[in-house]
Amino acid sequence: MRNVKIGAALVAVAATVALTLTGCAGGGNNNIVSTNGSEPQNPLITTNTNETGGGLILDSIYAGLEYYDAKGAPVNDMAESITSSDNITWDIKIKSGWKFTNGEAVTADSYINAWQYGALLDNAQLNSYYFDIIEGFSYEKSQPLTGLSKVSDTEFKVKLSAAQSDFPLRLGYSGFYPLPKAFFDDPKAFGENPIGNGPYMLAEKGAWKHNVDINLVKNPDYQGGRKPLNGGLDIVFYATLEAAYADLQADNLDVMAGIPDSALKTYKQDLGDRAVQQGAAVFQSFTIPARLPHFSGEEGNLRRQAISMSINRPELIQAIFNGTRQPAKDFTSPVIAGWSADIPGSDVTTFNAAKAKELWAKADAIAPWSGSFQIAYNADGGHQGWVDAITNQIKNTLSIDASGAPYPTFGEFRTAITDKTIATAFRTGWQADYPALSNFLEPIYQTGAGANDGQYSNADVDALFVKGNSAKSLDEANKYFQQAQEILFKELPAVPMWYGITDGGYSTKVSNVAFGWNSVPILYNVLKK
Amino acid sequence: MFGYIVRRVLQAIPVFLGTTLLIYFMVFAMPGDPIVALFGDKGVNPAIAEHLRHQYHLDQPFIVQYLIYIGGVFVGDFGTSFSGQPVANILAQTFPVTIRLAILALLLEMIVGIGVGLISGLRKGKLFDASALVVSLIFISLPIFVIAFVFQFVFAIKLGWARPTVSGAANWGELILPAIVLATVSIAYIIRLTRSSVIETSGQDFVRTAYSKGLSGARVVRVHILRNSLIPVVTFLAVDFGVLLVGATVTEGIFNVPGVGRTLYQAIIRGEGPTVVSFVTVMVLIYLVVNLLTDLLYAALDPRIRYGK
Repeated sequence: MRNVKIGAALVAVAATVALTLTGCAGGGNNNIVSTNGSEPQNPLITTNTNETGGGLILDSIYAGLEYYDAKGAPVNDMAESITSSDNITWDIKIKSGWKFTNGEAVTADSYINAWQYGALLDNAQLNSYYFDIIEGFSYEKSQPLTGLSKVSDTEFKVKLSAAQSDFPLRLGYSGFYPLPKAFFDDPKAFGENPIGNGPYMLAEKGAWKHNVDINLVKNPDYQGGRKPLNGGLDIVFYATLEAAYADLQADNLDVMAGIPDSALKTYKQDLGDRAVQQGAAVFQSFTIPARLPHFSGEEGNLRRQAISMSINRPELIQAIFNGTRQPAKDFTSPVIAGWSADIPGSDVTTFNAAKAKELWAKADAIAPWSGSFQIAYNADGGHQGWVDAITNQIKNTLSIDASGAPYPTFGEFRTAITDKTIATAFRTGWQADYPALSNFLEPIYQTGAGANDGQYSNADVDALFVKGNSAKSLDEANKYFQQAQEILFKELPAVPMWYGITDGGYSTKVSNVAFGWNSVPILYNVLKK
Repeated sequence: MFGYIVRRVLQAIPVFLGTTLLIYFMVFAMPGDPIVALFGDKGVNPAIAEHLRHQYHLDQPFIVQYLIYIGGVFVGDFGTSFSGQPVANILAQTFPVTIRLAILALLLEMIVGIGVGLISGLRKGKLFDASALVVSLIFISLPIFVIAFVFQFVFAIKLGWARPTVSGAANWGELILPAIVLATVSIAYIIRLTRSSVIETSGQDFVRTAYSKGLSGARVVRVHILRNSLIPVVTFLAVDFGVLLVGATVTEGIFNVPGVGRTLYQAIIRGEGPTVVSFVTVMVLIYLVVNLLTDLLYAALDPRIRYGK
């Protein structure tokens, strides 16, 4: 029987050791704010980072010509002035005395060389489309931009291939940041240990620990308007939002952007006044391409309107998302200056079963409906719930067969859309690159535009975009973009569903936490207690 | 003995080539274009996509891609991930973490599982045995993510005994909570396995002989019963060690452990061929080594087992 006692004692010892060992974890550096991010998908190069994981880091370690304040208004960061008399040739003056963290001066050349690199076809940069408005840009030939010319170390000129009234607004985007000479010597090594000129810099060589985190410290030489109120950032890469949320609840994570679906019901209770919820520059929709049978011409327009009116958006948002979306009233986002809920024609986004049936019957009079209506989505992104709910409502209102069509991964889903083999409607969404109405419209609905997944084409809409871009002021430009939306409401190249909401929270160890227009916390203002 | 080991190692070579070819083909045949996914929701530019395909050899036929990869492996180059990191570095960073996690879980399984199983077997039908059986049944029926979330919530968030997630350093102390979670299901199996094996051995003639020789109870249990009951348990532990090294995706995700499971999952989602194949290849090698060690261990446990020539 002695052995039995030894066995029991072993169990007890193992348990005690386990509990004591786990108890002495934790701790951390003072005045460093931790926040959740995700492992960058590409090397940290300004012209090749197009996703939020890398974007968050680049925005912290670089200063461009402009930055966006909390409301999305552009503020001069390195720019002294950005002027143009015709919206085609822009004169850009930059402040002198700025340095990269390796001591190199930031000059007009730092901008020109970075943009030339980003635009050149042979460099295959994911953000090259950003430069396609500059004279000399080509997707066919590897040739330098002819529209960039240096005036002096602190001044350069940009000539666009067409008038673009919102050009200065775009300049806060990470693709337009300057790059030091060290980058061009060895882009590969640079992408691992980038050198910037922003509010923060890498704590040391190798500060980017892959799949773990990246450590940034305050850059003492930064002279712009985003001076950090804390000592640095620890951007921790989480595999899931659930893991980050567990850390937030245990005060192990300071600032968290996003809340996992599983905690949407409880997070306001869990966090109290440390919970954050506000509007976001995210537009969600689904697209019914005109090439699908029954969806071209007048018949297609009637059917799209009928489908849009058979969806009760507020009810769905409550049931599926616990109210964490806003019903869409247009094709942009309410956080953008110039947004309006009352664009003529926007009533197609309001649930109206009787009108929906009537429109569907009218379309049936042109050509009787056959087949079933499906919306495709990627099953790895948590979309099944709402797609099923929408198709159910369509089914019930219009008495047709409707269902969701899942693709296993995002890659497969996007491949089917871009090679135009997809034979159903599909979910679409847009997160703004820069805070302008035009950024929600042109890239998606202009004939032949990069993200025009539904191959929509309307000469009147294209003409209004051109007019908006050559307008003298942003207000005047927005007028044309709203007129374009009136046409979009009639033809519904995408069916507006809802605007995203920014949700997040912060720990008891920090204060002064606010989220910007792009759903990213304004980290340089966070105070550590 | 030595000849046996050499033969086993030589057998590993065709297994290695076969699995890499097979895995590479499966990644190649995976639907969806990883380059298109790189562009996200923003439109794809065909010219840029073409350049990137060329850069990652994705425009080559399958067999060429495979030969480029395997040729690199022989000179120590496992390819690069989309974020520009050599896959060899990723392997070097993630495997130690997962191995630490697996060793901890395995130790727990051995101590708790064999300990409780032995007591249960010796006191068959008593209260301790009955409760051990009920508790192990509960852990076998619970999905691992439920156990993970409950342990994380109770021990880390509510009681504050541990960090809810593992930091970048992933040191031994931080890994204990996820290791306990990982070990629970296997502990339950080992308890049952050890118990039934002990009960069977206790009824053997040599045990009766040992008692009638006048040996002490402790010596009979240790030398005659336990040792002879361990062979099925050791087989299970060996297989389980392999599973722990490759199959901890769920637990690693919940506790944010920067290990193999999490990294491999992300690589599969992104369609990063070289990363996936290299990880799986190393896993296959680990399986082969662990299997060889298990076979050698049998001889140590049971002198009746001998290895050819």
